[in-house]
Amino acid sequence: MFYIVLGVVVLIVGWVIMKYNSLVTLRNQTTNGWKQIDVQLKRRHDLIPNLVNTVKGQMQFEQETLEKVIQARNAAVSAHGVADAAAKENMLTGALSKLFALVENYPNLKSNENVKQLQEELTSTENKISFARQFYNDIATRFNIDQQTFPGNIVASMFSFKAAELFEITDAAERAVPTVDLSLKK
Amino acid sequence: MMQTTGVNIYDQQARNRRMTVAVMLGFGAFVAFLGFGVDVFLFGSISDEAFFPIGTIGGVLAGSLSALWSLKGGAKAVLAAAGAQPVHPGNPQHQQLINVVDEMRIASGLPMPQVYVIPDPDPNAFATGTTPDTSVVAVTEGLLSSLNREELQGVIAHEMSHIRNYDMRLMTVVAALVGTVLVLSDMATRSMRFGGSSRSKNKSSGGAGTGILFVVWIIAIILAPLIGRMLAMMVSRRREYLADASAAELTRNPLGLASALEKLNNAVTPTTTIRKGSAHLCIVDPTGNAMNAKEGAVADLFGTHPPIELRIEALKQMAYERAEINKHNS
Repeated sequence: MFYIVLGVVVLIVGWVIMKYNSLVTLRNQTTNGWKQIDVQLKRRHDLIPNLVNTVKGQMQFEQETLEKVIQARNAAVSAHGVADAAAKENMLTGALSKLFALVENYPNLKSNENVKQLQEELTSTENKISFARQFYNDIATRFNIDQQTFPGNIVASMFSFKAAELFEITDAAERAVPTVDLSLKK
Repeated sequence: MMQTTGVNIYDQQARNRRMTVAVMLGFGAFVAFLGFGVDVFLFGSISDEAFFPIGTIGGVLAGSLSALWSLKGGAKAVLAAAGAQPVHPGNPQHQQLINVVDEMRIASGLPMPQVYVIPDPDPNAFATGTTPDTSVVAVTEGLLSSLNREELQGVIAHEMSHIRNYDMRLMTVVAALVGTVLVLSDMATRSMRFGGSSRSKNKSSGGAGTGILFVVWIIAIILAPLIGRMLAMMVSRRREYLADASAAELTRNPLGLASALEKLNNAVTPTTTIRKGSAHLCIVDPTGNAMNAKEGAVADLFGTHPPIELRIEALKQMAYERAEINKHNS
């Protein structure tokens, strides 16, 4: 009898250890996923001044649009918290799309190798941001599910794990098509 | 909101994983049946007095060794044979390829694979490497020039999915099983030709049940090379469907890959630089094998890839389901 009880206790303790470790792994992956988004956002913030400087000379008549892009960029750089960052980054995406739509009207810019390269880099960065969000949301959802389902929830509350915040996309259209294509139509 | 019973990305992945397991179990049972037959009927190493399945063990060892041998230096050998060059960041097309691979690296959470380009005008792509850390993605110049960004993303996502699903490793196990089947069937036919005596001795000791089993086993041994290849191709085709579904999960854009497959389907010429042995790693069969193009019984048995039309159909189905879900959510 004693050995049966001992066996059960060992099994339970072993399970708790495994569950705890898997939760810690998921928490780290979630944190890492979040950092991946940051890396890509920072890259976008770095690319934008380059782009604006490259097109500025040719686009004197579009000062307003260019300023909006810079403003949106600066706002995004100084955003705090998940929801704030999401909203400001979405505004920046909007401003950028408008700028690229205008570039269409400037044949000199369209054929400029520098502009093309920047455009590819920005398109890729936009995609990387949305894929990093997608990965973050997937891993965070798994982390949350593991914390909330029985019997994992017991371990989660024992060691006070907290649910991860998801990156909400407010725009339904953006949810349908996560890839943004900023490249010029030929 | 999700009343649709259909085949969304996750259903298709789960289904293809289940089918892989089922086929692999069947394959294992088939190898065991052949092996034990060799041991019971030919060697007499499994009987009332003895139990040491020397034939089975020998067959599995020989089959595994030959598979490991072909895997050794696998990635490098395949790349060298195809004349693949490391990607060149100065070239805008190559830079875009690097960017797209990096995007899929982020979407899949895998480490960055090495990227190679094959100087071949025919559009094709393949992945190789046994672990995500040592993986390689290679595409032809023809692929880069004929696909747009979205389509390229679909193809790269398909290749990254092969890496994520450990398909190289699985196909090596499959190759080992095929090798075992060949060794066993070879063993059986040789010893039946040269030393039929041990067989008759053992056969006489059994009853009618053993006799029937013996006949079934003889038929299995004769058909073994054919059945082995058939099972291997079944696994290969399941993995293609799975990689398509996983690609759709990564890009959340099944139509990109669908439209890429349509373009690849129209480029009928075989990709001569990619060897036949690595055909199962490619996005579409590089050998121009008619088996993969047709539907029907024979094609279903021997193609490394499912018919492209069926793959496109499955992807469109996923896209349709996604659209439905989005409609319900918004």
